[in-house]
Amino acid sequence: MMDAWDDYSEKVMDHYENPRNVGIVEKANGTGVVGNPACGDVMKLTIRVENDIIVDAKFKTFGCGAAIATSSMVTEMVKGKSLADALEISNRGVMEALGGLPKVKRHCSVLAEEALKAAIADYEKNRRDISPAA
Amino acid sequence: MNLIYMDHHATTPLDAEVLAAMMPALTSEYGNPSSNTHAYGHAARYMVDSARAQVAQLVGAPRPDDIIFTSGATEADNLALKGIAHAKDYMPARNIVTLAIEHKAVLDAARRLQKENVEIRFAAIDPYGVVDLDDLAAKIDKNTILISIQTANSEIGTIQPIREIGVIAKKHGVPFHTDAVQALGRYEIDVMRDHIDMLSISAHKMYGPKGIGALYVRRGLKLTPIIDGGGHERNMRSGTLNVPGIVGLGKAAEIAKRDLKSESERLLKLRNRLEDGILRRIEHVRINGHPTNRLPNNLNVAFAYVEGESLILACRGVALSSGSACTSTSLQSSYVLKAINVPDFLAHGSLRFGLGKSNSEEHVDIVLDLLEKGVRRLREMSPLYDMAKEGVSIESAHFSRHARGK
Repeated sequence: MMDAWDDYSEKVMDHYENPRNVGIVEKANGTGVVGNPACGDVMKLTIRVENDIIVDAKFKTFGCGAAIATSSMVTEMVKGKSLADALEISNRGVMEALGGLPKVKRHCSVLAEEALKAAIADYEKNRRDISPAA
Repeated sequence: MNLIYMDHHATTPLDAEVLAAMMPALTSEYGNPSSNTHAYGHAARYMVDSARAQVAQLVGAPRPDDIIFTSGATEADNLALKGIAHAKDYMPARNIVTLAIEHKAVLDAARRLQKENVEIRFAAIDPYGVVDLDDLAAKIDKNTILISIQTANSEIGTIQPIREIGVIAKKHGVPFHTDAVQALGRYEIDVMRDHIDMLSISAHKMYGPKGIGALYVRRGLKLTPIIDGGGHERNMRSGTLNVPGIVGLGKAAEIAKRDLKSESERLLKLRNRLEDGILRRIEHVRINGHPTNRLPNNLNVAFAYVEGESLILACRGVALSSGSACTSTSLQSSYVLKAINVPDFLAHGSLRFGLGKSNSEEHVDIVLDLLEKGVRRLREMSPLYDMAKEGVSIESAHFSRHARGK
C-alpha cells in the first residue's frame, strides 16, 4: 500500500521525523524569516557567526514535510562553514543532499536557501550597524 | 503496513455484495440490452431494468425510467447543466444560480456555459457554507433556467436546506438540480418530497464500482444530450450501457437504502467520538463546516499553526486528505474553505476525515493518538506557534517576502 510517505526519499523522511537543530540559537547574531502563512510555509533560521564562521544554526518551520526536511538539512550544511561558503549553498544543493524531492515540492527547497541568505544578510546588517563607519 | 482508510469522501471500497451481484454481468451475461432479438439481450435488459428500479427507489423517483445512467456524477452534473442550457438556447438571456462551494463538475460546467453567454450567479452562503435562502430567491429572475445546489458538501460536509430550496424553485417555476453524491446512503433524500427535478448520483461514493453514475430527471423536463449516438436512455445519453456497472450501482443503491438508518447512526457516533476527542485533547483547533447540519461521516478540522501535509505524514498509515495546498498538485489551498472565509493559514492546516463502513472505534482512537502527538511535535517546531504564544497576530504579521511566486 502506498501513502504520502512514498513520495519522499528515506533521507527526507528521516529529516522530517528526526529534524536536526530545531529551535532558536542562543545569542544568535543573524535571523532570517521567510515565507508566508497564507502560502503554507514559514521558516525562521537563526545563526551564530564568529570570525566569519557559522558556529551554530537552528530552525523553526511551519510547512509541509519537504519544508521541514529542507530546513533541517540546511542547518546541518551551514554549520562550520564560512559565510562565503554558506552563501554558495543553493536550493539545488539542499535538494541533492536530501536525495531529491518530488517535482511539486521543489519550491520548498527555495525557502531554505532564502532563509539562509536572509539570516546572513541580517548578520551583515547587524555588524554594520554596530561597527563604526570606516 | 495496515492502512486505516478515512477518506470515504474521495471514494469507497467496493462492497462484496455488490461485486457478487456484478459477477454474472462481467462473465456469462454479456448481452447488449439494446439487442432485442435474442436471450442475451433480454437478460441484460432485465438486469438493467432491475438496477434502474433500485436506483429510483433510493432517491424516491416515481418511475424507474426517470433514471438516466451516465459514466459517473461528473457526467451527470454536466448533463444537468449543459442539457438544460442547450435545451433553452432560444432564450436571449439565460442564467444559472449556484454556489461557490459546488463540486468542480458543476462549477467547471457552469464556467464553460459562461462562454455561451449563460450568466452564472452565486447565491450567498454563511460561514458554515449554508445557502442564504433570501439571497437565493433574490437571485432568481425570469431568465433563470436552473438552480444547482449540492445536497451536502464533499469537504466540509455541510447539508443544504434542500427542501426549502426545492420549494423556492417550484414557486419560481425553475428546475432544481442537486448533486447528491456525498449524501446518498448517509442522509435521507426524496426527490418528490424535496421538489428536486434533477439529482446526480455516483456509485463509487456508496460502495459501488467506479465509472458509473446516474442522473434522475423529472419526467417532462427537456434536456439536450451532451453525448450523441444511438439514442439510448430516453435519448438523453447515448452509448451502449455499462451493464456490470449499472448492476453494481443498483445493488449499491439497494444496500444504501437498506442500511441508511443504521449506518448513518453508527457513523455519527464514530464521528462524534473523533470530534470530541480532538476538541478535548488538542488546543487551537476549529471545526470547518456546520456544527450540526453536517454529514454524519464528515469532520473537517483546522489545526492552527501546523501545515496539513506534515500532519498527514505524522498520521502514517492513515489515509486522509487535507485542504492544504501542499497536498494538491495545483498548490492552491481548498476553494471551499476559502469560500467560507477560513483564513489561508488555517486552510493549510485543515484535515478532512471521511468515515465509512470499514472504520471502527479502535481506528478513531488510533487516529486521535497520532493527531495529538503529531500536532504537539509540529507545533514545537512551528514559528507561527511561537508568535501566537507571544500574542502576534498571524494574519497581520509581516514576513520578509513570499518565498514562492504565488
